[in-house]
Amino acid sequence: MKIHEYQAKQILQRYQVAVPRGQVAFSGAEAGKIAAELNCETVVVKAQIHAGGRGKGGGVKLVHSPAEAAQIAEKMLGMQLVTHQTGPEGKMVRKVLVEEGLAIDRELYAGIVLDRSRSQLVFMASTEGGVEIEKVAAETPEKILKEYIDNALGLQPFQARKLAFGLGLSGDQFKNAVKFITALYRAYVASDASLAEINPLVVTRSGAVLALDAKMNIDDNALARHPDLVAMRDFDEEEPLEVEASKDNLNYIKLDGNVGCMVNGAGLAMATMDLIKLAGSEPANFLDVGGTASEDTVANGFRIILADKNVKAVLINIFGGIVRCDRVARGVVEAVKREQVNVPIVIRLAGTNATEAAQLLNESGLKFLVATSFEDAAEKVVQATAA
Amino acid sequence: MSILVDKNTRLLVQGITGGEGSFHTKTMLEYGTNVVAGTTPGKGGQKFEDRVPIFNTVAEAVATEGVNTSVIFVPAAFAADAVLEAASAGIQLIVCITEGIPTIDMLKVHSYLKNRETRLVGPNCPGVISPGQAKVGIMPGFIHQPGSVGVVSRSGTLTYEAVHQLTELGIGQSTCLGIGGDPVIGTNFIDALKLFEADPQTEAVVMIGEIGGSAEEEAAEFIQQYVTKPVISFIAGRTAPPGRRMGHAGAIIAGGKGTAAEKMAALEQAGVAVCDSPAVLGKTVAAVLKQR
Repeated sequence: MKIHEYQAKQILQRYQVAVPRGQVAFSGAEAGKIAAELNCETVVVKAQIHAGGRGKGGGVKLVHSPAEAAQIAEKMLGMQLVTHQTGPEGKMVRKVLVEEGLAIDRELYAGIVLDRSRSQLVFMASTEGGVEIEKVAAETPEKILKEYIDNALGLQPFQARKLAFGLGLSGDQFKNAVKFITALYRAYVASDASLAEINPLVVTRSGAVLALDAKMNIDDNALARHPDLVAMRDFDEEEPLEVEASKDNLNYIKLDGNVGCMVNGAGLAMATMDLIKLAGSEPANFLDVGGTASEDTVANGFRIILADKNVKAVLINIFGGIVRCDRVARGVVEAVKREQVNVPIVIRLAGTNATEAAQLLNESGLKFLVATSFEDAAEKVVQATAA
Repeated sequence: MSILVDKNTRLLVQGITGGEGSFHTKTMLEYGTNVVAGTTPGKGGQKFEDRVPIFNTVAEAVATEGVNTSVIFVPAAFAADAVLEAASAGIQLIVCITEGIPTIDMLKVHSYLKNRETRLVGPNCPGVISPGQAKVGIMPGFIHQPGSVGVVSRSGTLTYEAVHQLTELGIGQSTCLGIGGDPVIGTNFIDALKLFEADPQTEAVVMIGEIGGSAEEEAAEFIQQYVTKPVISFIAGRTAPPGRRMGHAGAIIAGGKGTAAEKMAALEQAGVAVCDSPAVLGKTVAAVLKQR
């Protein structure tokens, strides 16, 4: 689950990770009030969207008075902010973070992520802050320091020191960096994060070490034990159809193509999307209906898929193990009638009671393109979209 | 001979009285798997379907029934603990079906298992089946057929699709192993390939991967150096958009890495027969076997 910068900073604050003083604002007036309370020479107004590159896109502005803060915030709120990570449509700015400006001495990088090949968390730090870490990894990988964290023991003090010394820090800066690193690790584990990225990690002229920006993703599998983090979910940042689908417990991802699909199992669903592409069309969505392919599930699935006006045909691919194909077939027939589906439907049911299912579909009076094999399904998709 | 599960499997079902546990224990018993015990804390002393003794703890089950394998149908919030309990009781093979276990919990499990004799398969997997011998998991037994092709996969229903294609062509399977769709798992492709390479019954291996992580690339390197038996592969997710979790927690292209294209290229370089289409997996295996 993604969260905004201001929410990540709220989490970090709880674990004594140093962040600039600041607060989120939903209106120009609020922004002005916060700026006044901050009472500092420079204030930064930052657009809050679930995408990076906000600075270059005009979503980060320095201001020098509460009045200016209010004015800039007013302009930012409601704008479509386009960055290299948002796509050309950009994202609507609905809130801004109003923060104290800092006297920046150095910009560094700190991040924690799972290294999948080692099944360990890794703490990465670099002197190359303010640049995308993938770029640093590609061009100057030696500038990324890595400390692999023991799964049972956690990040050890000597590792935090190694990283801080590796960043070329000394004196107060060193001490504050060690504190920061240790606290960041604690925040990551306590929140069940799947990513924590502080870019840039700023060292100020007075020796303070703070997170100028903070990006945190939360492990979806852990949300059940973090109701406070679930409350941070921003539905406005999500694709409306996907939000709707999640309400029906459907695992749906909207894509750009014209052939919708409904499948049981994530791997089979991805393979079905791939098959659609190989057949010369483009998948309109990913949809895993999981172990329950009841009439309601199928009907909801159709509704969501067809709410996408690009969809010209639908491919249903169900491999029934526990799931009985004849039950799915009945569900599809009822759903098609209920939702008044009028695009071609290619349907391939294999596994338990597949023969009965095929018969049911052929006798339904509805025009299904019934496929037997995966290959056959692909050919029928070509047929359906050519029509 | 097969790998991991066979006629010598003495199976414990953790979570035997739950909805999933009870349903699948019935199908495993029907298949002929030797289910010797179950655990549900608080229901010790009862019997499942009048035949399988239920215990409060795994340790009791092991001491009483000589359990050597466990399958876990415990909800995500408690599943990591269930794995630890089974490992602590000395069970050699643990198959964890549960989806949704927090990654940080799995890191602790990974650490706990490192210096023990226990092998974990999963989590978030359909299980392991050696056709004709034992079924430890949720896969439909009837689509399988005993034979000489080993199957290892990160998926569930896509594996059934592959097995179905093989069986239809008269190509049987030695063992089918689902390693699961999560980012932190107990048994990876390399572990499975080692077992298949050493198994006299297995003549070829089907490897089904997907986007996310670098397990397939690492397996490709291993295959190049150590695997003499032919490997046929399909990688799901060529059409997946970057940065999105495609159902499985581990199926995500992150920071530009973990694409299907990269995996396919690495495997092809290692001499693996990589299928473009999931529809021709069976046919490709048939062709490869013919060439031997």
